[in-house]
Amino acid sequence: MSASIASPAPAGAARLTIRLVLIGAVLVLALLPLLNRLPPDSALYVSDFIVSITGKWITYAILALAIDLAWGYAGILSLGHGAFFALGGYAMGMHLMRLIGPRGVYGHPTLPDFMVFLGYKELPWYWLGFDHFPFMVLMAMAVPGMLALVVGYLAFRSRITGVYLSIITQAMTYALMLAFFRNDMGFGGNNGFTDFKELLGMPLNTDAARAALFYASLALLVVAFLVCTRITQSKLGRVLVAIRDAESRVRFLGYDVTQHKLFVFVLSAVLAGLAGALYVPQVGIINPGEFSPGNSIEAVIWVAVGGRGTLVGAVLGAFSVNALKTWLTTVAPDLWLFALGGLFVAVTLFLPRGLIGLFSKAPK
Amino acid sequence: MSDEISPPLGQGKAAKPVLYLDGVSVVFDGFRALNNLSLVVDPGELRAIIGPNGAGKTTMMDVITGKTRPTAGVVRFRDHDLTKLDEATIANLGIGRKFQKPTMFDALTVFENLELALKAPRGPFACLRWALTGEARRRIEAVMEEVGLSARAQDRAGVLSHGQRQWLEIGMLLMQDPELLLVDEPVAGMTDQETEHTAALLVRIAGRRSVVVVEHDLEFVRALGSKVTVLCEGSTLSEGSIDHVQNDPRVIEVYLGR
Repeated sequence: MSASIASPAPAGAARLTIRLVLIGAVLVLALLPLLNRLPPDSALYVSDFIVSITGKWITYAILALAIDLAWGYAGILSLGHGAFFALGGYAMGMHLMRLIGPRGVYGHPTLPDFMVFLGYKELPWYWLGFDHFPFMVLMAMAVPGMLALVVGYLAFRSRITGVYLSIITQAMTYALMLAFFRNDMGFGGNNGFTDFKELLGMPLNTDAARAALFYASLALLVVAFLVCTRITQSKLGRVLVAIRDAESRVRFLGYDVTQHKLFVFVLSAVLAGLAGALYVPQVGIINPGEFSPGNSIEAVIWVAVGGRGTLVGAVLGAFSVNALKTWLTTVAPDLWLFALGGLFVAVTLFLPRGLIGLFSKAPK
Repeated sequence: MSDEISPPLGQGKAAKPVLYLDGVSVVFDGFRALNNLSLVVDPGELRAIIGPNGAGKTTMMDVITGKTRPTAGVVRFRDHDLTKLDEATIANLGIGRKFQKPTMFDALTVFENLELALKAPRGPFACLRWALTGEARRRIEAVMEEVGLSARAQDRAGVLSHGQRQWLEIGMLLMQDPELLLVDEPVAGMTDQETEHTAALLVRIAGRRSVVVVEHDLEFVRALGSKVTVLCEGSTLSEGSIDHVQNDPRVIEVYLGR
């Protein structure tokens, strides 16, 4: 694993090229909602579908960055990052449900439809506060962050690594899926949340809302990328790479490995939570399926395909695999899972450094 | 202790020992890897430890660095009880260790490996804010000079030769600025010239710090000119100068052979 992964700091000229390409890519993405305003018969017109699906992929790219920070750099292969994404999504979902107010089918002044249907008399205590946007944002970060802190502390302190850690994180997301499927959890059970009306006073399902959510996601992707870059190019980034490659040696140098791993795992979970919060209003639904272990594994495959241990690779992987998925599930829906598995095997065998390995020279 | 060897650089014998092991035993599934072992290392002392395979040399280092917990006995570093502390805490107290198989971070450069080892705050936030000062850079460059790796500063550790890897790891030890260095088989796989160079380096390091060297190569141990402890079956068999232990009938019987 160690020798095949690029070092965190590329050389000067290469770094400049990467920067220019990235700034160009962000500008191209930022143009999409503007081109959507052109008349539909224009050659440059971009459809609503493209704008909304690209906005969704941007949130996936943020999730991929989060996974890459933990896996590609610190060697923490989490197969449960979808849980952090879904928890952030549920926080946003609760906020959106509260904003529906009396416009629900049952017209109850405070209770969401599913609660009226299930016979709730009043709002459960853990729904309080979610009518405020800042509180929701805080919870979309704090809930995944706290979960990562507890699970991470117990696992890292006991020096659980490798496949055992992966299994624990997988079990975590599976357990949450089962819990959220239950109606008496107060999160809408099987159906989750949908029929959202508005966010920050802005009616959803309008061009303006689509564009606003798109730009918010793009802004978060840029910020997340800069934060991750700052970390991976600092001494902390080199400590993480050292932990990935020779964990016990790092301890003998006097580093508290548990602290470093917890830092990166919690930060990664917070990023995934924010990504999930931006994902939900763009797709208009959140249900327990988002916790399914398959989602987490798929996200890990994006990172592997793009190139783990490089932040650009993670983003590239999220976009390219999802583009392939969108195309393939339209032309041959039955083939998708085979293609995904085949892709993972092919990348592991022939492109161990991922797509990014095609563009950069092998390390010296 | 029949042959008295004056401690290097005239450190007083009365000084409190840096490392103090008394009655240390380690039992793995009934096998006694260490058996009532005692060892005292003075400040600034250079000590060589020899012994046949399975004598407990590496287990002794594991016990001192917190990797293995002793079944019984006292392990003290200055006033600290090492049996209660974890690896990172022990390393931060000032005990550095070089492993038998050179272990470093192959994806990082020589410079970056030394930078990670450099004595500095070790927490995640401190590492995030860390900026390489001129002072730190000079220290790293001085150590690279000392271990002869200046020309390889920007090369990945993974591409170094075996001898160079041994040296890089010794360099990482020096960056930690430890009071006590535990050096496990530093000249394994080195040429004669490299071996000589390493002996000179370790002699230079001792005096400022205490150094415990585990080695098989008796010529190398002779070149160190230090007190020698012979381990056998987990306890001390003989202790003294190299000439003394080489002439000790018990040592000849179990180790040197005849």
